[in-house]
Amino acid sequence: MIIKKYNRETLLRFYREMKRVRGFDTKASELFTKAMIAGNIHTCIGQEATAVGGCLALNPSDFIVATHRGHGQCLAKGGDPGMMMAELFGKETGYCRGKGGSMHIANVDIGILGANGIVGAGIPIGVGSALASKILKTMEVTLVFFGDGASNTGEFHEALNMASAWDLPVVFLCENNKYAVSVNIDRVTKVKDIAERAKGYGIPGVITDGCDVLAVHETVKKAVKRARAGQGPTLVEAKTYRYHGHYEGDPQVYRTKEEVLEWKNRDAIERLRKEIIEAGFALEEELAGIDKEVKEEMEAAVLFAQNSPYPEKKEVMTDVYASDNERGVAR
Amino acid sequence: MRQLNYSKAITEALREEMRRDEKMIIMGEDMGVMGSVFGLTIGFMKEFGAHRVIDTPISENGFTSVAIGAAMRGLRPVVEIMYVDFAMACYDAIANQAAKVSYMSGGTLSVPMVIRTPAGAGRRSAGQHSQSLEAIFTHIPGLKVVAASTPYDAKGLLKSAIRDNDPVVFIEHKSLYFYDAKCDVPEEEYLIELGKADIKRAGDDVTIIAWSQEVIHALEAAAQLAEEGISAEVIDIRSLVPLDFDTIRNSIIKTRRAVVVHEAVKRGGYGGEIAAQISDELFDYLDAPVKRVAGSNVVIPYSPALEDKIIPQTGNIVATVRELLHGGKNAVFTNAV
Repeated sequence: MIIKKYNRETLLRFYREMKRVRGFDTKASELFTKAMIAGNIHTCIGQEATAVGGCLALNPSDFIVATHRGHGQCLAKGGDPGMMMAELFGKETGYCRGKGGSMHIANVDIGILGANGIVGAGIPIGVGSALASKILKTMEVTLVFFGDGASNTGEFHEALNMASAWDLPVVFLCENNKYAVSVNIDRVTKVKDIAERAKGYGIPGVITDGCDVLAVHETVKKAVKRARAGQGPTLVEAKTYRYHGHYEGDPQVYRTKEEVLEWKNRDAIERLRKEIIEAGFALEEELAGIDKEVKEEMEAAVLFAQNSPYPEKKEVMTDVYASDNERGVAR
Repeated sequence: MRQLNYSKAITEALREEMRRDEKMIIMGEDMGVMGSVFGLTIGFMKEFGAHRVIDTPISENGFTSVAIGAAMRGLRPVVEIMYVDFAMACYDAIANQAAKVSYMSGGTLSVPMVIRTPAGAGRRSAGQHSQSLEAIFTHIPGLKVVAASTPYDAKGLLKSAIRDNDPVVFIEHKSLYFYDAKCDVPEEEYLIELGKADIKRAGDDVTIIAWSQEVIHALEAAAQLAEEGISAEVIDIRSLVPLDFDTIRNSIIKTRRAVVVHEAVKRGGYGGEIAAQISDELFDYLDAPVKRVAGSNVVIPYSPALEDKIIPQTGNIVATVRELLHGGKNAVFTNAV
């Protein structure tokens, strides 16, 4: 069993991180339903293993490019849940000081090069980060998250082509949750596996079980190692599933309750919980203790967001430009 | 003083900045081995290496986005979009990504990059290689837009654009690459601040506002008008965003008449924006409506016989100024007086 390769500390970290991701998005979903946060919320409940398994394969100095369904990716890369929640609330204390919202959490200091509201657009931006690493000879790896929907954009193909042609230190992690909003990937794509597309670019394409955090982690770790060694990119496809709709409030006419239930039965958090207990790494009560801590952490994050001030009115005109902002917006 | 033409001045700006800042890179189609289709980067790959002068595949949206990612990480990419028309193939990268990163990240990220792009008609290249699309960029907050008309301005403005911390769309009129006239370009380093207009010719009777190649037509028109006793002031705005409205204001307070000239299609052109700003702020100073001399609202035709008809020429500017000063049967405003 793969779990034997890991020590208790690491396994509990995986468990805690996945619980944090689910805890954050469960809160976000609740708050959205209560109309306490505005805009659009795309939760990644069900996809925790890809965010956590992927990000924990990176060094703190590495980079990620997140997606519109990216709360988990940002949290797992070191994002502070309070500042993230404050961003969802549109508060001054948010990562983007309330100017980006749920889909645009960015912080270069912790290696988050932003998420993207344009599906697929982040993929070549991640390749650009990898190009910078190569030119600057720093060799940080960039992990690019995207979904099955994005694999049908031109950017995906242009980006994979350049990254492979130039042997850039980048890992493409496709979270294939089967649906681009409502459209099943099988209805709009001939190849069975997105990983197969790697062949077209002369790079490895690997399929991994997106409901198994350790499987995702092993696969991404190998790809990261390869990237850092200057051997070029890898396309990883994780088969996963989102339990909620594309957005909160999605009527989900495109899938059955049975299908959702089938995937919930393969839940990555439950799976790891069982494996940890069965292998004797921790007791049920210890995991329950983590659950409690995470719950408190997320409640504190919401409280922080709620108690934070909104940005001042004058803030609306700042940051359009990084330099000479005033004249740029005036005329 | 030493003289250079337009393309040599741009080449010199690029070379000096490449030598000055090792974080600058050049990317685009045919930029390396070939030295760009207009020959502006010949020898660059040899001097700076293939890792800094990058031949890209024909993936405009892809490589522009790659440059954005590299810029976020601290490089200073100068991307060439071979023809501005092709920028429509990467408008997402320019308008939704580069332009918005600073604001949407609350200022925690920035995109210090330049998108150099040859534009303009007159080369018999037809509708997909001849447009002037500056208004499409000026409409997007977060972009700076520059269009130089002289070798001196091109060099000084491009160097400033490269050092700027925001995405700058730097539009080069490709007819100017082949324009014979050279001008004084000092060998010593100089910069021209973005957002500063230049009065290319002083005058008292009318203000002609132009940019890019139309500045040359405007100056020719001003010379012809002088022979008729009309004193025209020619303002080259040089930078469309930010716009130096102070220079425009001061001039119009003096002349009380304004003509805006651009090669781009008149409908939705940047001339309409300038005319609106003048009307908003300077209505009481005006003796006549603000006039626009601009490209026809058509696709740029191939045939030389047709292409020359739709691009504003010196004669169109002269005629419009005459109408403004003397009235005439085609001058709309005469009915309103």
